[in-house]
Amino acid sequence: MKDKKPKNVFRDGAISSDFIGNSIYKHQTKTSIGAHNIFLGQVRADDIDGKTVAAIEYTAYEDMANQKFHDIRESAFEKFDLTCMHIYHSLGTVKAGEICLFVFVSSPRRKVVFEALEYIVEAIKADVPVFGKEIFEDDTHQWKQNN
Amino acid sequence: MLLTIKYFGQIAEVTQKEEETLECSAKNISELLALLYSKYEGLKIKDFQVAQNQELVSESTEITGAEIALLPPFAGG
Repeated sequence: MKDKKPKNVFRDGAISSDFIGNSIYKHQTKTSIGAHNIFLGQVRADDIDGKTVAAIEYTAYEDMANQKFHDIRESAFEKFDLTCMHIYHSLGTVKAGEICLFVFVSSPRRKVVFEALEYIVEAIKADVPVFGKEIFEDDTHQWKQNN
Repeated sequence: MLLTIKYFGQIAEVTQKEEETLECSAKNISELLALLYSKYEGLKIKDFQVAQNQELVSESTEITGAEIALLPPFAGG
């Protein structure tokens, strides 16, 4: 399913396991699908110079980011035989251990979903203007950077 | 030209604002950056990319758009 206009990928706060489970459930009616693959990005409690990351506060250049998510989506549909694809990213505060990125791809066959998911996640990390402030337990912070 | 300039993340920490409107005569991104560096000295040591009308551009790019954004390193996912 292709969309013409960029959708809003962002969700306020963490992405709950209920939301993820419900998303899987909703695909039971799409019986041409033979394989799903899911990526969940989780906030890691990194130890940096003796301080522990308690949460990440996400902000984004939202219009550009939604356009980039849209471009990634279009290009993934061109490259891979996907039946459907969903991306959700958090904005605002997400605590360590909570989910901040949910990517869900589905296809008739399994090989496609492994390749497609990696392509999509790597493109999100590299191309989408999302910014992350890593907040330590003592309320100081540093800025996260993808590598 | 009247430009809206948006600042994000650690760049907004330096400028102490997320957005401003500037009337400026800069012809390309490099001239605009020179102006911003004189206004916000702390920007000089920051790593960022520039977008014009939501597309990444280089310093030699001519200013054509109304919206410029200074984007620090991406951290999605």
